[in-house]
Amino acid sequence: MGRVDQRPFPPGEYDVVVVGSGPGGLQTAYSLARAGVTRCAVLSRDPAPGGMFRRWPVYQRLISWTKPDAPFEPGTREYEWYDHNSLVGDEPEHQALVRRFMDRAYDVPARGEMEAGLAAFAANVAVRYECEWLTTSRDDNGFVLGTSDGEYRCKVCVFAIGVTDPWTPPIPGLGDAPHYADTRTPEHYRGKSVFIVGKRNSAFELAQGLLPWASRIVLASPRPVQTAVLAFSPLSIRYLSPYMQHVRGGSGSFVVDAAIERVERHADGYRIRASGTTWDGELELDADEVIAATGFRAPVRDLPGIGVALLNDGRMPAQTPYWESVSVPGIYFAGNVMAASAGLRKHGATSSTASVNGFRYNARVLAQHIAEQHFGVARERRELTREEIVPFLVAELAHAPELWVQKGYLARVVDTEGRYRDGGIVPLADYVDRDGGDSVAVAVEYAADGAVTPVVYVRRNGRLAEHALPTHPLHRFDTDEHRRMVEALIS
Amino acid sequence: MEAPADNYVDALSRLALFADLTHPQLEQVAHSFDEEVFAAGQRVIRQDVTGGGFYVILEGEAHVVIDGTERARLMRGDFFGEISLLTEARPTADVIAATMLRCLIIPDTELKPFLLKQPTVMYRMLQIEARRLRAANAWDG
Repeated sequence: MGRVDQRPFPPGEYDVVVVGSGPGGLQTAYSLARAGVTRCAVLSRDPAPGGMFRRWPVYQRLISWTKPDAPFEPGTREYEWYDHNSLVGDEPEHQALVRRFMDRAYDVPARGEMEAGLAAFAANVAVRYECEWLTTSRDDNGFVLGTSDGEYRCKVCVFAIGVTDPWTPPIPGLGDAPHYADTRTPEHYRGKSVFIVGKRNSAFELAQGLLPWASRIVLASPRPVQTAVLAFSPLSIRYLSPYMQHVRGGSGSFVVDAAIERVERHADGYRIRASGTTWDGELELDADEVIAATGFRAPVRDLPGIGVALLNDGRMPAQTPYWESVSVPGIYFAGNVMAASAGLRKHGATSSTASVNGFRYNARVLAQHIAEQHFGVARERRELTREEIVPFLVAELAHAPELWVQKGYLARVVDTEGRYRDGGIVPLADYVDRDGGDSVAVAVEYAADGAVTPVVYVRRNGRLAEHALPTHPLHRFDTDEHRRMVEALIS
Repeated sequence: MEAPADNYVDALSRLALFADLTHPQLEQVAHSFDEEVFAAGQRVIRQDVTGGGFYVILEGEAHVVIDGTERARLMRGDFFGEISLLTEARPTADVIAATMLRCLIIPDTELKPFLLKQPTVMYRMLQIEARRLRAANAWDG
């Protein structure tokens, strides 16, 4: 006798299928329901919510902050700027959930605390767990997803599948070494010399975690560490010690710029051969352990087979500003996969999309976009009076978490043609490139010198003008001067 | 349907601009700078809007459009965006993907240090700029 399957979303026809129950899938599903897309199935191969945070980071500590106490009350929109880990709810009880589980040992959560926060949010999202997406094909009405439970037909798919497949570059012999994903507990590396291939997030996380255990740590990759960038990156919070030890010439930590030519396994460990990239010469050394901290790829399965274009050696799907496949309309991505949609790249700045704080807002924008573009569900556009516009725009510049987290990437729009209406939060690239009517948009951006700067865009008679406003030492973008300047720009 | 994604380093090695770089140097370029793919019709850089970088086309074609009029067509191996970065002024043209367009992107803040470290790339870039200038002068005459 089989038990009755009480899981939601049996195989069949839906408007949208969301694949994934990590933070990207949960936020998208939650926001789609609130945007009015009700025939939406959410599928996950996992038995429980949380995605990558059910397992990673390997050494169990995140790098993005959640301040338990802040100048704004938890549950308010303004507080979101102080909490980069919780998903964003439309009701106060769905807000600021991660802080509830933090023990205040650090201002960044432990993995388990993050997972608990996501699980609390997931209580508001129906998911069919243990239903694995396996195949994808097109039919006349959209797509057919083959899963471990049967076929799902839908007009639109959202793949919130994480960037979670270990990726190893085609370096001879490196495949014999474990990937970051298979790193052992720190005790395993006690007294050993460890060679880590890579110099990004996961490599520094391992190096930091192994400092108390390994006898020697060498990190190597072709690209030099960009200290100026790293100093301002979330990485600096915890992972800079190995680099500092290298710079100061102590403690057996080395950070080397080299292309790894070959990794040879031998009876007692490994021999590594490398060529300098920022210096001339060859390097040959032995190590007891090699770990490939060489990153991940999105597990896109057979999507390239139906025409989904990829980039960066096939590691990520190429996307439009609304995170739609550039080559297969109707296929969208959510979660950290969205990071491949880079935005305007002003002054080289990229978005915060690779982490929860950034993509939680993208997912909301995506849900609105899907509701409007594919299902004709018009978004409620609040009417504003002429007097309200300037205070509204400067308040957004001062405190909108979407603009502060996604600098130069998301913008607040107000339509000014005829009546005044809130045009919502949209990708800045979409606003700049659309053929729209008269309107104004505001964004928080990095200027060329790195200063956080308020920027106003005004579209009038089809022509767009961009105006950077003055920055402020306390980041107050709602001063009288800012108000006067915005007023002058829109009148 | 799209051809299978090229190995990024191999794609770079076939461009005239990078012809003098050694394999480790090409790997450093590939690890340092992102690739981006644009849908046909998508804008890559925008007239009078700050932003962009130095773009090298790996695959596909693009239009150069000034005030709504197409002025040039760019293809694999061509680059764009450098005038704005070198003159520290906003772009004077739109560049719009004519087909699906795959580019290497060097962010604006990193172009100068990159060129100073790779003078062979700078020299090849100058040669190409010189040819463009000669063609523009011939056209004006």
